[in-house]
Amino acid sequence: MPAKYVIHHKTAKPRFRPIGKLGIVEWREDCSGCHNCVKRDCVYRLYRDEADTLRNEVGYLDYIYQCKGCLNCIQNCTKNILTRVVNPEFRRLGDGYYTPDLILSTWYQAETGKIPVSGAGYGGPFSGPGFDSMWTDMSEIVRPTRDGIHGREYISTSVDIGRKLPHLEFENGRLMDDPPPLAETPLPVIFDRIPLHWNRGAVMSAVAMAAAEIGTLAILDEASLRESGGSLRSHAIPFITAPHAATTDPAEAATLAMIPDGPDAMAVQAALKREHSAEIVAIRIPAAPGVAGRVAELAQGGADVIQLAFDSHGRERGAAQPRHLRDVLRDTHTTLVREGIRDEVTLIASGGIAAAEHVAKAIICGADMVAIDVPLILALECRLCGECERGQPCPIALEEIDAGFGARRIVNLMAAWHSQLLEMLGAMGIREVRRLRGETGRCMFFEDLERDTFGRWFGKRKTDS
Amino acid sequence: MVRQEENGLVSTLPSNRHRPEPRPRDASPDQLESAEVSRRIRPAPPRYRNEIGKFGIHRGPQCAACGRCVDTCRHGVHVRPEGYLHVMRPYDYRCIGPGCGDTGSYCIDACPHGALKLAVNPVSETMGDCRWTPDLLLSNWAMAETGRPPGNHLESEVGASGGGFDRLRFRFPDSPPHGLSREDISTKLLLNRRGDSRPRIEIDIPWYGGGMSFGSTNLRALLGKARVAKAFNGFTCTGEGGYPERFIPYKDHVITQVATGLFGVREETIQRARIVEFKYAQGAKPGLGGHLLGDKNTPSVAAMRETVQGVSLFSPFPFHSVYSVEDHQKHLDWIAHVNPRALLSAKVSTPGDVDMVAVGIYYAGGHIVHLDGSYGGTGAAPNVAKKNIAMPIEYAIGRVHRFLVDEGIRDKITVIASGGIRTPADVAKAIAMGADGCVIGTAELVALGCIRCTACESGRGCARGIATTDDELLAMVDVEWCTQRLVNLYAAWRQMLVDLLYRLGLDSVSALRGRIDLLSHLDYENEA
Repeated sequence: MPAKYVIHHKTAKPRFRPIGKLGIVEWREDCSGCHNCVKRDCVYRLYRDEADTLRNEVGYLDYIYQCKGCLNCIQNCTKNILTRVVNPEFRRLGDGYYTPDLILSTWYQAETGKIPVSGAGYGGPFSGPGFDSMWTDMSEIVRPTRDGIHGREYISTSVDIGRKLPHLEFENGRLMDDPPPLAETPLPVIFDRIPLHWNRGAVMSAVAMAAAEIGTLAILDEASLRESGGSLRSHAIPFITAPHAATTDPAEAATLAMIPDGPDAMAVQAALKREHSAEIVAIRIPAAPGVAGRVAELAQGGADVIQLAFDSHGRERGAAQPRHLRDVLRDTHTTLVREGIRDEVTLIASGGIAAAEHVAKAIICGADMVAIDVPLILALECRLCGECERGQPCPIALEEIDAGFGARRIVNLMAAWHSQLLEMLGAMGIREVRRLRGETGRCMFFEDLERDTFGRWFGKRKTDS
Repeated sequence: MVRQEENGLVSTLPSNRHRPEPRPRDASPDQLESAEVSRRIRPAPPRYRNEIGKFGIHRGPQCAACGRCVDTCRHGVHVRPEGYLHVMRPYDYRCIGPGCGDTGSYCIDACPHGALKLAVNPVSETMGDCRWTPDLLLSNWAMAETGRPPGNHLESEVGASGGGFDRLRFRFPDSPPHGLSREDISTKLLLNRRGDSRPRIEIDIPWYGGGMSFGSTNLRALLGKARVAKAFNGFTCTGEGGYPERFIPYKDHVITQVATGLFGVREETIQRARIVEFKYAQGAKPGLGGHLLGDKNTPSVAAMRETVQGVSLFSPFPFHSVYSVEDHQKHLDWIAHVNPRALLSAKVSTPGDVDMVAVGIYYAGGHIVHLDGSYGGTGAAPNVAKKNIAMPIEYAIGRVHRFLVDEGIRDKITVIASGGIRTPADVAKAIAMGADGCVIGTAELVALGCIRCTACESGRGCARGIATTDDELLAMVDVEWCTQRLVNLYAAWRQMLVDLLYRLGLDSVSALRGRIDLLSHLDYENEA
C-alpha cells in the first residue's frame, strides 16, 4: 500500500480583520456604572482586556469576528443596556451562492486547515437548489463505513488524468498495446485559471506553489507561466490559446496542456502532441446547453481530457433557464456511458465548486474530478466585494499578498477539504474516490425522495413558482 | 491588573468578584436531590436577569408610578411588589406584543402619561436558525417557565426550513366527534410489541429523552432529564459516557446505551436497565463516530469512561464487531443473556436502506427501532456531515413504516423517530407518518436555556452551562431548576398533544399512527 496521503496544515492568520457575524452593542445610554460589568465575565474572555489594555492593538482578534453570540453578557447586564446585532457588513458579504456563512467557513478552513465543527444539529434549510438537493448515503451495519479520518483505514483520493484504453490486447501473453500516458493527482481537485481581475501580484505564484506542495496541478495562462520564468512549471497545466504562435516554451516539458474547444480542437490536440512535447491534452468546453453531445463527439474523436466549465454559480452558460452542474453532469455522464466510452476520457467539472461537499457531489454526478477558482481567492481573504472589477482598490490588498503566505492558506483549505472528503467517502463506505464517479446509488436526490414519500401521499408537487 | 500582568500572575478565571450568584440558587446545589419527582407544574423562571422576549417595553422618564400598567397587564409584564412605590423594570419577555391592543389589557394605551413604548426586541431577531426559529425558541422557553402552551403571538408549531415537518399541516374535521373528552384521551406508548417473555413496558407520553453522555453534558442537566423521565413514567438515556452513580435512584427510567466506544458498559449497568439501546449511528454525524474533546475529559469523566484524563476520546465507527445482520443478532443475544428482562433497542441513522435495516433489527430480536434523522443531535459534529449525510427523518419514517407493514411485522416492533423533533406538532406529524413515538434532545436543552449558538465545543464548553464539564460553568444551573423546567415543558407538550388529538377526534395517540390522511403538504396538490 502506498504511503498515506496527508496534507499538513499550519495556522495562517489573516492579514486583515475578517468580517464577523455577530456583535454586541450598547444601545441605551443608561449605564448605571455598577462596576459589575458582565462583559468581563465573557466565557470566551473577549472583553477581559477592555478595561485595562484596550489601547494595545489586539490585531484581528476583533470582538465582532470572535463573538460567539452566547448572550450571557446581554442577559446578565444590570441595566439591560446591551443588545446583539448581526453585522451589516457580514450580511453584505458574497451573494446568494457564495453566502456569508460559506465565506466565513472558507476563511476558517484557510486559516486553520481544520474541518468546521459545530454543535446542536443542522440549522439550515431543508434542501435547496443544485447541490443542496443531494444527500450522500451512509451505511451502518451491512456494507460498513470506512474509518479513514482517524487513520485506521486507507481511503485513496487519487485520480488519473488522461485517455484510457477500452481494453487491453495480448498476444502470446504479451501486452500488445502501448497505454497512453496518465498524470496522477493525489486529490480530485485541481486549480482552475484565475479570472483576470484577481490575477494580481503574487496570486498566481501562490496558487502554483500550493499546487506543487500538495501534488496537484494548476491551470496557468501562458503569460503567467512566461513571467514566472519557469519556476511554476512543475505542477502547471499551461492553457494554450494560440498553439501555432506558441513557438516559445509554454507547452514545452509540460506533460499536460490545455486548449479551448473549437471546431478544430482535435487537430490542435494532435498538433500539440506532435510539435511540442505535451503528452496529454485537455480540452476546455464552456458548459452551454447541449454540451453532452459535444463531449461525446470529442470523446469519440479521441480526446484525452475534457473540462466542462460552468459559470461561477455552477450554472450552464448562455441558456435562458440554465440547469445546474448537477443535472448537466449527470446528463453528460449518462450519454458517455450509453456510448460506451465513459471510461476512456477524463471529465473535469469546474465553476460553482464552492465547498468540500461539492467535490464529492460533482463526482457522484459523473465528473472524475473538479477544478476550483473562487475558493482559492476566498482562501486569500477575498470578500467578493467586486471592487477590483470596478477598478477600485482592493480592501484586502490582494496585489500585496506574499506568495508563501497565500500558498499556505490554500494548502490549509485543501487540507480541510481533503479531510471532509474522507469523512464523506468513509460514511459512504467507499475506499477510493475513483469508484465514486457516477455512483448515484450512494446518493439520494431531493426529487426522488419527495416523490417516493410525499408524492405517494399527497399526489403532485405544485410547480415551483 | 497591569502589575499582575507584568508578574505573569494574571488569573485565568474571569473576574466574578461582583457577580451576584446566579438565580435560582439553593444553598448547596450538589446536595442529593430527593428521588421523588412530582409532575406538578410550578413556575420555573428564567435564570438570567434579562430574559429575551419577542418584544421590548421601554418605560420613559414620564412615568409617574401611577400603577395603571400594573392593573392593566394580564401577562405579568408590569409588577409592583407589595409596599413598593415604583414599578419594576418591565418583564418585557412576557409581553405578547401589539396584538394585545384588542384585548383591553394593553398597557401602551392605558398609560395616562404616554410613558411606555413597545418595540420588537432586536436580539430576538438574531437568534436561532431556519429550524429553530426565534419563535420556536421563545415558545419553548415560555412552556418551560409556565407549563402551559405559549401564546398565539408566537409561531410555536413550525419552523422555517421550507420542507418536511415545516410544510406539513393537519387536516382537522369541522367539529370533533360527540362524547370525546380531553380527560379520556390516552397518550400512552407501548414499547414492547413482540409478545415475548420480556416486560410489556408502557410509558405515559409518546416521547422520551435522547442519549447525552456524561462528559458531553452537565450532570445536573442530565439529572434533570432523568428526573423528568421518572415524573412522566418515561425514559432518558445515558448516552455513550457511562452510567453515573447518581442515576441509580432513577434506574427504572434510564436506558443504558451501548455505543461503539463501549465507554462505561459493564455488566451491572446492563443489568440495571429496563431498556438497553445499541447506538449504531447518530443523526448528528451519520457515518462518523463520537468525539469527546480532551478538554471535556475531566478526572470524573475519565474515571467513568475508564480512560486517561485530558485525552480526546474517539468512538470508532461502526461497531467493528458488526458487519452483517447476523453479527447484529449476536450482539443483541449477548445483551439479552446478560439481562433477561431488558428490552432491546437499536438506534440507527437514516441511510437509503434504512427500511432494510429496520427489518433486520426486528428479525435479530429488537423491540425498538430508533431512527435518528440527520437534522438533530446535540453534540458537536462536522458541518459537512450534519448537512449532507443521510436523509431527513421525514422521509425515513414513511419508508420504514411501509416496509414493516408490507413485511407483516409492523405491529411487532416499536418505531421511534428522532432528529429534528422540536414541538408536540412534530411528534404528532411523525406519528401520523408512521412512527409510534419520538425521542427528543435539543428541545430539552433549549428548555434549560440553550440558544443554539452552536459553539458547544468552543473554549471551556457551553457558555450556557449545559453542555460542559467546566466547574464554574456547571454551577450556572441546578438540578431542581432543570427538573422543573423539563416537567413544565413535558406538561405543556402533553396538553398540546391532547388538544390536537381532541381536535382530530382521536381517543389515543396510538390511533394517530400512520394516519397520513390527516395530513396535508403545502407544496403538494394533496390529491393522491
